Amino acid sequence: MPATQERATKSPVDDSLFAPLNNKSAEHDAIVRPSVGYWKDAWQRLLKNKLAVSGLIIIVFLTIMAIIGPMLTPYTYSEQTLSNQNAGPSAEHWFGTDNLGRDMFTRTWYGARISLFIGFAAALIEFVIGVLYGGISGYKGGRVDNILMRIVDVLYGLPYLLVVILLMVIMGPGLFTIIVALTLTGWIGMARIVRGQVLQLKTNEYVLASKVLGASTSRIIRKHLLPNTMGPVIVSMTLTVPGAIFAEAFLSFLGLGVSAPVASWGSMANDALGVLNTGYWWRLFFPAFFISLTMLAFNVFGDGLRDALDPKMRR
Amino acid sequence: MLKYILKRFAWMVLTVWIIITLTFFLMHAIPGDPLDVADVGSSDAASANLAAYYNLDQPLAMQYVTYLKNVVTFDFGPSMTSRSRTVNDMIESGFPASLQLGLATLFFSVISGVVLGVFAALKHNKMIDYLTMILAVIGISIPNFIQSMLFINYIAVNVEFFPIARWGTYRHVILPAIALASGPMAIIARLTRSNMLEVLTQDYIKTAKAKGLSTMKIVVKHALRNALLPVVTIMGALTAAVLTGSFVVERIFAIPGIGQYFVNSISNRDYPMIMATTVIYSTILVVMMFIVDILYGLIDPRIKLHSKED
Amino acid sequence: MSETLLEINDLAVSFSTQGGEVQAVRGVSFAVAPGETVAIVGESGCGKSVTAQSIMRLVPEPPGRIKHGSIHLNGKDLAALSDKQMRSVRGKQIGMIFQDPMTSLNPTLTVGDQLTEGILTHENISKSEAEKKAVELLNLVGIANPQERLKLYPHQFSGGMRQRIMIAMALMCKPSLLIADEPTTALDVTIQAQIIDLFKEIQEKTGVAIIIITHDLGVVAQIADRINVMYAGEIVESGTVKEIFYKPQHPYTRGLLTSVPRLDGDRSQPLIPIAGTPPDLFSPPEGCAFTSRCKYAMEVCRAYDPAVTHLSDRHFTKCWLQDERAEKPF
Ligand SMILES: Nc1ncnc2c1ncn2[C@@H]1O[C@H](COP(=O)(O)OP(=O)(O)O)[C@@H](O)[C@H]1O
Ligand SMILES: [Mg+2]
Repeated sequence: MPATQERATKSPVDDSLFAPLNNKSAEHDAIVRPSVGYWKDAWQRLLKNKLAVSGLIIIVFLTIMAIIGPMLTPYTYSEQTLSNQNAGPSAEHWFGTDNLGRDMFTRTWYGARISLFIGFAAALIEFVIGVLYGGISGYKGGRVDNILMRIVDVLYGLPYLLVVILLMVIMGPGLFTIIVALTLTGWIGMARIVRGQVLQLKTNEYVLASKVLGASTSRIIRKHLLPNTMGPVIVSMTLTVPGAIFAEAFLSFLGLGVSAPVASWGSMANDALGVLNTGYWWRLFFPAFFISLTMLAFNVFGDGLRDALDPKMRR
Repeated sequence: MLKYILKRFAWMVLTVWIIITLTFFLMHAIPGDPLDVADVGSSDAASANLAAYYNLDQPLAMQYVTYLKNVVTFDFGPSMTSRSRTVNDMIESGFPASLQLGLATLFFSVISGVVLGVFAALKHNKMIDYLTMILAVIGISIPNFIQSMLFINYIAVNVEFFPIARWGTYRHVILPAIALASGPMAIIARLTRSNMLEVLTQDYIKTAKAKGLSTMKIVVKHALRNALLPVVTIMGALTAAVLTGSFVVERIFAIPGIGQYFVNSISNRDYPMIMATTVIYSTILVVMMFIVDILYGLIDPRIKLHSKED
Repeated sequence: MSETLLEINDLAVSFSTQGGEVQAVRGVSFAVAPGETVAIVGESGCGKSVTAQSIMRLVPEPPGRIKHGSIHLNGKDLAALSDKQMRSVRGKQIGMIFQDPMTSLNPTLTVGDQLTEGILTHENISKSEAEKKAVELLNLVGIANPQERLKLYPHQFSGGMRQRIMIAMALMCKPSLLIADEPTTALDVTIQAQIIDLFKEIQEKTGVAIIIITHDLGVVAQIADRINVMYAGEIVESGTVKEIFYKPQHPYTRGLLTSVPRLDGDRSQPLIPIAGTPPDLFSPPEGCAFTSRCKYAMEVCRAYDPAVTHLSDRHFTKCWLQDERAEKPF
C-alpha cells in the first residue's frame, strides 16, 4: 500500500523511537484526583466561601459576646437609674441607656443570650423530634408512614406564627413557653426532610446489603441512614436558628415574648417604638442592628453550608 | 381534574375545622377560663352578651356546637373590650385597610421578586447577580418590624412625600408595603433565580435554541414558565408571612386594619377577638393554599394527567 | 469532487473550568456533501457533541470558546454571522436532534406548539398553515392521528414517539442539514432500529444531509456514507463505511470494532472492550493521545504527534504505525 506521508508536525524523528513501548508503565497520564472524605471535602469547600466564613466568624463573635458581654459592665440588665434616662452612648454607657435608665450595652448582650439560646434550643429540639419522627416514618414505610405523614400534612396546613401566637396567649410569656411554642410546630419541616432522605437512601444497595447480612434495624439506622441524611439536616438546623430568633423577637415585639424586665431584642425594639423620631437613635439602632446582623450571619452561613454539602456540586 | 379539586377542597374544609376546634378548646384551656360563666359577672351588659352568645350555661360540648354554628354563619359575637361593638364590626372596619396593604404587598413582592430573580439568573455570576443575592439575603435578614421602624425613623420623617402614619392615599401604602414585602420578595427572587438557572440547563432549552428562537422568546416562553411553577407553590406560605407580618407593620404605621385590632386584642386579652382573627386568618391562608394547588394543577399539564389516572 | 454543503476546518474548542482549560475539540476537519450521511463515532467525552454544537454555534460561551478553525455552510462562514443571522440558520438551514427525547421537549407546552414555533419564527406563514405542515411531518415520521395529537403534551407520548416528534420538529423548515446527536442512545434496542430506518426513509424523501453522532458503530453501519472516528478531541481515522469496517487502520478504530457485535453476524469473535480510559483533556499528552491504551504503542507515539496519512481519496488516519519504519502488526 503506497502510503503518502504528509509529515508536517515534527522535525526528523529518530529511527530508534519506533521500538515498541512497554505499555505496562503507561499509566503516566492516569487521572489522579485526591480522594477526600465527604466531610473534609465539604469543609474545604465551605472555607473557600468567604461569605459563609464571615458568617461563621460573626456567629462565634456574637456567641462569645452573649456570654461575656453582660459581664463587661458594672450594670445589670434590669438595674434602673432614673436620673439617667435616655442618655446617649458615652464612656459610662457604651450603647446609651433606655427610658428607665437601664444600660443598653448590658441589655443588648443579655438580649443576645436570649436570642441565641432560643435559636440553638429550637434547632436542637426540632432536630431530635424531626429525626425521630421522619426517620421512623421513612424507615417503617407503609401504614405507619401513611398515618404519620397525614398528621404532618394537617399540621403543615396550619399557619405557623399564628399558632405560635395562640399558644403564647394561652401559655403566657416566658423563655420556656417560647421554646415550647416554637418547637411544637417547627419540627414538621425537619421531619419531612429526614423522611425524604431516608426513603431515598432506603433503596440504596448498601442498606439492602446490610439487611441481607442480617443487621438489626437500629444498626442500619445508626450506621447507614443517619450519616447520610446529615447534610440536609444540618443545613435545615442552621436555617432554623434565624427563624426562631425572628419568631422570638416578633413575639416579644407583640408583648408575648419574655416577660417584663428581661431584655430581648424584640422587646427592646418594641420599647423603642415610643421614642421613634425623638433623636434617641440608639434605642432602636442597637437591637435592630444586632438582630439583623445575627440573622444575616446565620442565613449566610446556612446558605454556604448548603452549597458545601450539596453532593451535586461534587466533582 | 374534578376529582383532584374535590380532594383538595375536602382537605381544606378539614383543616379549617381543625383550626376552629383547636382555637375553641385552647381558649377553654387557658388557666382561669376566660369564657367560663363564673368569671363573667352577670351585672355587666357585655358579659351578659358574651354569656348568651357562647351559651355559657350549657355544657362544653353544647357550647362547642353553638360556636361552630356561629362561626360557619360568620358571626363572631361580641367583643370583650369594646363594649358596644361586636367582633364582626371591628373586622369589617379593619378589613379594607388590611386587604389593601396585603394585596399591595403580594403584588409588589411577586413582581419585583420574579424580575430580580430572572435578571440575576440571566446575568449569572455577574455584578447584577451578586447584588441581587446580597439584597435578597439582607431582605430576609432584617425583620419586617425593624424595617418598618427604620423607615419611619429615617425615611418618612425626612421625605415629605411619605406620611408618617394613618391611612388613606396610595402614599400611605408604599412604605409599609415595602417593609412587609422585602422578605417575601427576597425569597421569591432567590427561588426564581435558582429555578431559572436549573431550567436554563435543561435539554428543552437547547432544543429551543436549536430551532433558532430568540433569547427573549426562549426566556419568556420556555424558561420563565417552568421556573415559576415552584414559585406558585410557595405563595401559600408567603401569604402567611405577609398576614402575620401585617400585625406588627399595621401597628407601627398605625394603620387601622385587622392586624392592629388583633395586636390590641392580644394585649387586652380580648379572647373572642383573638379567636375570630385566628379563625379568619387561618381560613384565608387555607383557601389561598387551596387556590395555589388548583392553579398548579392548571399550569402544569403533568399533574392533570396524574389525577385523571388515579 | 462534488460540491460541499458544510466544511469544517481545523476546529478547536476549549472550556475554561476551575480545574483549568478543557481542550474538548483539538483541530477537527471534515466536510459534508448535500444529501450525504456522515457519522462521528467515538467514546463518550471525546468531543462529538461539542463539535456538533459548534456547527450550530450553541457552545455555551463562557465557559466555552472556539479557539481557532472555521465552519462554512454553503460557502458562508458561520463565525462571521451576527447572532441574529445565526438564528436564521438554526432550525431553518440546520435542524438538530438530541439524545434524550424524554427531556428534549418542554413538558409544559403542547407538541403542536413546539412543532410550529420554529417555522412561525422563520417563515411568514399563518398558524394554521404551520399546523398543516406539522401534521404533514408527523405523518412522515409515522405518527398516527397527527391532527389530534398536536394538542397533547410530551408526557402523553412514549420515548420512541417523542424522538419521532423531535425529528419532525427538526425537519419543519426543510433544512439542508440535519444533526442528530446520539439520537438512539436513550432508546430501547427495537426502537433504535425503527428510528434508524426512519432516518434512511426521510433522507430518501427529503434529500437532507445528515451528521449522525453516536458511540455505537453498529448504528452507523446501516446509514452512514462516511465515518469519522474521534478520539480525545481529534479525528483519528476517517473513511467510507467499507473502509472503516473492512480496512481499519487506527488501533482505536480496531478497538471500537471489536467492542461491537459484528455486522455480518459472525459471533465467533468475542467482543473486547478497549482497556483503560481516555486521557485527561485538561492536559492532553504530548504525542498521540491513544498511546497509553494502545497495544501497538511505540516510543515515538509518546513523544510526537502523528501525522495524517492518506490511504485513499477519502480514507485517512493519524497514526505512527503508517510510518514505513514501524513494524506492521496487522
Ligand atoms: N459546558 C462545558 N463545560 C466544561 N466542559 C465541557 C462542557 N461541555 C463539554 N465539556 C467537556 O468537553 C469534553 C467533550 O464533551 P462532549 O462533546 O459532550 O463529549 P461526547 O463525545 O460524549 O459528546 C468532555 O470532556 C466534557 O467534559
Ligand atoms: Mg455527547
